[in-house]
Amino acid sequence: MKEKYLINARIIDPKNQIDEIGGLIIDQDGKIKAVGKKVTKDNLPKESEITDLKNLILIPGLVDMRVFVGEPGFEYKENFRTLSNAALSGGVTSVVSMPNTSPVIDNVSMVDFLKRRGRDKSRINIFPAASLTKNTEGKQMTEFGLLGRKGIIAFTDGIKCVQNPQLMSSIMSLASQSKSLIMQHAEDNILSNGGQINDGEISTRLGLKGIPALAEKIIVERDLSFLEEYFCRYHISLLSSQKTIDVVKKAKNEGKIFTTGVSINNLSLNENDIGNFKTFLKLSPPLRTENDRLSLVEGVNDGSIDVIVSDHKPEDEESKRLTFAKAATGAAGVETLLPLALELFHNKSIKLEKLISSMTCNPAKILKINKGTLDIGNDADLCLLDINKPWVVKQSELKSKSKNTPIESRKMQGQIMKTFVKGEIAFERS
Amino acid sequence: MAIIKKLKAVKINQNHLLGIQDLSFSEVSNILDEAKTFINLNKSYSKKVDILRGKTQINLFFEPSTRTQSSFELAGKRLGADVMSMNIVNSAIKKGETLIDTAMTLNAMHPDIIVVRHQDSGAPNLLSQKVNCAVINAGDGRREHPTQALLDALTIINRRGKVEGLKIAICGDILHSRVARSNIYLMNMLGAEVNVVGPKTLLPHSIERLGVKVFTDMKKGLDGCDIVMMLRLQNERMEGSFLASPREYYEYYGLTPDKLALAKKDALIMHPGPMNRGVEIDTNLADDINRSVIREQVELGVAVRMACLKLFCKNI
Repeated sequence: MKEKYLINARIIDPKNQIDEIGGLIIDQDGKIKAVGKKVTKDNLPKESEITDLKNLILIPGLVDMRVFVGEPGFEYKENFRTLSNAALSGGVTSVVSMPNTSPVIDNVSMVDFLKRRGRDKSRINIFPAASLTKNTEGKQMTEFGLLGRKGIIAFTDGIKCVQNPQLMSSIMSLASQSKSLIMQHAEDNILSNGGQINDGEISTRLGLKGIPALAEKIIVERDLSFLEEYFCRYHISLLSSQKTIDVVKKAKNEGKIFTTGVSINNLSLNENDIGNFKTFLKLSPPLRTENDRLSLVEGVNDGSIDVIVSDHKPEDEESKRLTFAKAATGAAGVETLLPLALELFHNKSIKLEKLISSMTCNPAKILKINKGTLDIGNDADLCLLDINKPWVVKQSELKSKSKNTPIESRKMQGQIMKTFVKGEIAFERS
Repeated sequence: MAIIKKLKAVKINQNHLLGIQDLSFSEVSNILDEAKTFINLNKSYSKKVDILRGKTQINLFFEPSTRTQSSFELAGKRLGADVMSMNIVNSAIKKGETLIDTAMTLNAMHPDIIVVRHQDSGAPNLLSQKVNCAVINAGDGRREHPTQALLDALTIINRRGKVEGLKIAICGDILHSRVARSNIYLMNMLGAEVNVVGPKTLLPHSIERLGVKVFTDMKKGLDGCDIVMMLRLQNERMEGSFLASPREYYEYYGLTPDKLALAKKDALIMHPGPMNRGVEIDTNLADDINRSVIREQVELGVAVRMACLKLFCKNI
């Protein structure tokens, strides 16, 4: 591989506090050799291959901490190849895949399979998460130590929440020993049982059973209490309500150390978008009120929320073309994560640097992986974007195998133009 | 009735009857006006007309029902339609067919009307997007039961001349009730003042946003009311998590003569049925011919459904 020279881009690397016009050199091994304003046309070899990126922004490839892939078991919804294509077109170069497959990723023999498939079929970096409990049943914990040695960097039951408090305390206790990252989907199963959408006026009007914000809050409160006894790397996957944000804010102010995430859907949409039973907006946690949404935006701004994820959950048409109660939960979104987040920049809700850090260096730091930054010597995983380019979301143009986007026909501002993985162009918009 | 007569010429703009929420005041008036013409027909010697001759009506009931299903069946037959009631127990739905596939199958037989009841809220809306005929909602989950509200309005109008200005109390299990929701929308639209009465555990979130006054004390809720609408307490959901016991419920929320005494002297008692005697309503009150219009509701139900079938059948 020849050295590549990218010049004249606005380079934003929140971790190294870089926001300047400059260039980047990719060495022969696909690593970052130099970056910043010193890299200009004048100090490059005359005969070299130079790409001028005028008017584009160069950022680290995104790290999406919550993505579902259908392998194994649900290949008809998404496989590694289609996930990879979708992610690359959204500037995402690293993902944490959820263990809710069939069979569940809960033992070391599965890990080799996943790593092999991920390596052979996809161009992005796939970091599989293993489940917290066997078969995500919430009864028996998995082998954090052995799985960790195989390269598993995070543990979560994905769409499920560990209910048994005794088990959860053991999990956190052992995780503090093995230094494992625990990611909780905070939802009390009994309170949310049968619930479809946020408990409120909309659920009353649509006649759908509600999921109260309390279902999320009491699990967060419980786990934060455990955290005082068993200090481990604890991450709340998705926050959805003001009530929980308040708890998180207070705990962080008191000095408790843990991290939190939010889905781009909860950050950009609210329960009114469900309209006339749109099943593509049936999500977990559910979309809540506009007030809740605003408190999530504030949470990103004030640091209560560390990470923004796509919560990409591909579902085939047959799982969604049902009554709201019977339809599958979740929305596809890995390829629209960044454009939808840019909406929050354009409408002045969140600063650009904040948005980018919550999708690059923040998740990388939590996961302890060498991604999400433009550090010299790192793999050149890069995303190039035109921050003003207008476009419209169309199901038919999505790369994901499933087309269950919650933002069909939405007018967007900002589009990914090129994505590099390990120094190679892996996606280029024509 | 003066307003209703004036607006007689207004047509129904909707293709389907999915809920009261989708109807305008003039459309409601039109339906009620039409229904009135059928009241006498239903009492006459020959009850059959040929307004819907050659039309096909399919009743698709995914939930058990006696009065609504038989009411729709009779209504269709009296209008001369060919009525088919699907027996869900013997149908392909039991073999795992989805609602949409069932709809497409039936649609291929060219029905003119599908009357649907389903346990999931929004099921008729989904169905209506997939078929070429009119869909009439006969109750979906806890969302709406529009023909029940319309027949309640007709019953009130029949007795009191109008709904406007009346004070109506809807009492009991509001949370699980589609009848309550449809009636709240309709009675509000027709100009009544609506109270809802029930224990906190059976009141849905933000119910006051639907334009009602909320009471947990039945005596306060019934004060000065012209109409007392009782709802069926869903016994199967009552033990433990929502209520302590039927006995305590009856004590506080059962309609008894002493509680009814707080409503107006001539207040009417209504109930969509089926009743749990001695749970939500005193058995003597339920049968009191001077106060209870429960049987009249059933009678006028046929007329209202005839009106709906006639008006909506024309639209596609």
